[in-house]
Amino acid sequence: MSGARLELSGIGKTFRGLRAVHDVSFAVPAGTIHALIGPNGAGKTTIFNVIAGVFAPTAGTVTLDGRSIAGLRPDRVCDAGVGRTFQIVKPFKGLSVLENVTVGALHRRPQLGPARAHAEAILQRLGLHDRRHQLAENLTLPDRKRLEVARALATEPKLLLLDEVMAGLRPTEVDVMVGFLRELSAQTGLTILLIEHVMRAVMALAAQVTVVSYGEKIAEGTPAEIARNQAVLDVYLGHEDPA
Amino acid sequence: MTQDFALSLAQAIAKGLLTGMVYGLMALGLSVIFGVMRVVNFAHGEMMVVGMYLAWAAFEYGQINPLFSLPVIALIFFGLGYVLQRGLIQPFINRPEHQQFLLLLAVATLIVNGCLAIVGPDSLGIQLDSQFDSYELGPFVFDAVRVHAAIAAVVISGLLWLFFTRTRIGKAIRAAADNHMGALVVGLDVRRLYAITFGIGAACVGAAGALMITIVPVTPFLAAEYTLLAFVIVIVGGLGSMTGALLGGLLIGVSEAVAGLLLQPSLKSMFSFGLLIVVMLLRPQGLLGRKDSR
Amino acid sequence: MNRRALAGLLILLALLVAAPALLGGYGLSVLILVLYFAYVGQAWNIMMGFAGQLSLGHALYAGLGGYVAAGLYTHYGIGPWMGVFAAVGAAVAAGAIVGYLGFRFSLAGVYFALLTIAFGEFTRIGFDNWTWAGGSGGMFLKVERGITDLANLRGGTVMFYYVILAMTVAAFLLCRALLESRLGRYWLAIREDAEAAQAVGVPVLWCKMLAVTISAALTALAGVWNAFYYNNLFPETAFAVGRSIEMTLSPIIGGLGTLFGPFVGAVVLTGMGEIFTDLSDQFHVAGLKQIFYGLALLIIVMYRPAGIWPWIAARLGFEEKRK
Repeated sequence: MSGARLELSGIGKTFRGLRAVHDVSFAVPAGTIHALIGPNGAGKTTIFNVIAGVFAPTAGTVTLDGRSIAGLRPDRVCDAGVGRTFQIVKPFKGLSVLENVTVGALHRRPQLGPARAHAEAILQRLGLHDRRHQLAENLTLPDRKRLEVARALATEPKLLLLDEVMAGLRPTEVDVMVGFLRELSAQTGLTILLIEHVMRAVMALAAQVTVVSYGEKIAEGTPAEIARNQAVLDVYLGHEDPA
Repeated sequence: MTQDFALSLAQAIAKGLLTGMVYGLMALGLSVIFGVMRVVNFAHGEMMVVGMYLAWAAFEYGQINPLFSLPVIALIFFGLGYVLQRGLIQPFINRPEHQQFLLLLAVATLIVNGCLAIVGPDSLGIQLDSQFDSYELGPFVFDAVRVHAAIAAVVISGLLWLFFTRTRIGKAIRAAADNHMGALVVGLDVRRLYAITFGIGAACVGAAGALMITIVPVTPFLAAEYTLLAFVIVIVGGLGSMTGALLGGLLIGVSEAVAGLLLQPSLKSMFSFGLLIVVMLLRPQGLLGRKDSR
Repeated sequence: MNRRALAGLLILLALLVAAPALLGGYGLSVLILVLYFAYVGQAWNIMMGFAGQLSLGHALYAGLGGYVAAGLYTHYGIGPWMGVFAAVGAAVAAGAIVGYLGFRFSLAGVYFALLTIAFGEFTRIGFDNWTWAGGSGGMFLKVERGITDLANLRGGTVMFYYVILAMTVAAFLLCRALLESRLGRYWLAIREDAEAAQAVGVPVLWCKMLAVTISAALTALAGVWNAFYYNNLFPETAFAVGRSIEMTLSPIIGGLGTLFGPFVGAVVLTGMGEIFTDLSDQFHVAGLKQIFYGLALLIIVMYRPAGIWPWIAARLGFEEKRK
């Protein structure tokens, strides 16, 4: 597993004339962790969905290691090496935790046996192994978030898109997740793009931060730079929940 | 096109429109129920047939014109629908679709075979005094019974419209049908709203049955056909949309009548199903439906 | 599968193989019904139980299969073992059309179910008016008594019994193999959440297409068997919505998405049907059998909504959860 470079250039997306995202460009070098932040409704998840192939962009290009992935179907985007989680978790409720992750692992391992073994290894790393025979619908929210990450990782992505995986976690759980992601990035060189409201996690993880508001990019820089950026402060001060 | 043909075509369309009003009323019931509860009433045609039998019995044993027994039938149906929802359907509201389907299939089986056991398989019709009367309008001739049924269907639909736009409970139901989640959070007693909705849906189909018996004789075997017909109509019009159901009713009424004129009568429902397939593929949400927000 | 379950399964299979020697004509004909419903239920279960796509128009595939094979046999003397390829081809084509239109336009749940009904009805009315297929008067196969000609599928009850038994066992093994394959797991993932499945690389449309075509192909075989067993076909029954609904009952009652559900459901439903026939014969009331049947369905769906088999299995100590 190693990371890939993601590059978005001039991305736009309109829904029936409503502009959700306009002219957003940023690049995530291979093996780095990048955060996408902004107030609710700023268009962060839309950008994710454009990268992941849920929507084709109405303008602009998305490339992964120089190869265009814009407009591909989600399963093709996964083929190309992008794994994602959902903001509102989507476990396969009626399947066990192990089966959930096995489905992801089957993507690059067509045989059930090896896929299951790979899934078990990932569950070990995420600390879900002792719950592997539980039905996914019986998991607690923090565990469901971890399951989302485990299932995405099982597809062996080069780029991991994490949509608010810290939301709803207690501070200690946030620290565990931060530690896991940092280790994952260091060990595998995986590229990670995360949407996050939990600033503690953003500060601790991200090398670079892109800020969007009303569908447009308003700032980019290191976490420290962003924390001092006046435009960003304006957006967040006008917002009741700077988290 | 000869003038004769044009006239008989226009005549068929007019006839289809009149029948279509009654179809629309029947489908309205299905649409209201689905719109609010997301439950497909697979026993809809069976309920329709019961309405037809009740109106038939009132006429046969009490010489009551279906137009006058209709309000009572609608009221009885409202009560039955309310109780059915409370007793049987409510526990299934959040269950998977196939379980709801099986439940209503069981209800449908019980209703249709109950009819069979009580009244038998023979087709039963009524002979109104107005049976052979007709109205003439220029070159057109309309059967009086059909005209009366259509007028009654329009009046009932109008009353329902008033109910849905003027009363608090009606507005709540309409809001729930338009925006499923939205109305559920405004704080109405959802269970009661559901039961009332099912009652109203049942009353619509009961009333439609009372009207239909003046046009078509009834047998238990019509039930499945009416269930399918109601599905076709609401899908064409837009599942959950009330105006869509009425429009779909007219459209299917006309298409049946025209197909019956142009093609063999046995092909007429092929026309409706063809229309259904086309609408589903081009506009899955139906002609007047909105994209499902689920 | 644990040892106990395997032993139970082998005993059951041995009993089924020995059944013609143990049972009289009536018993065998009931058992044939059980196996038929177990088989078509297994085929339908692939679509709904595994891939989560509700089809209420499976009579379309059985009807097409039956008509194609019977038509080739009566019109051109082409035997069923050849005709079956054409039959399966026709059903797969129909399944592919229904599936592609439905899935491409992302019709889900009830909408998809109604599309399948619409195609079934459409075909029914078409066959009603198609002379080659005998129109509404039906198509009849020549009945030849006293011979057993497996090559042309002409013979007595025992032959048809073994054919449907072989089909049921084969379908069971096929479904088991499918469930333990990547495709099977992908189906389960689609059933649970198609969007999440696609995000982990499941080609959703393609998998759904495989589900509908495999299911249609298996159902077409049942249609061929049915046509040659009963020697007649009528559009009114072959393509009836009621026929489609019948096929859904065994797996739903038995346990959706389980391998044994369709068989258990078929045993329960057919058994109930026979008991209710006897019961209602004593009262001479039309529709009484169906009323019992409706009540039984009502009770089962209210108290055992996940099906009978998972409940029995838990009690017998065979773990087969809904996969």
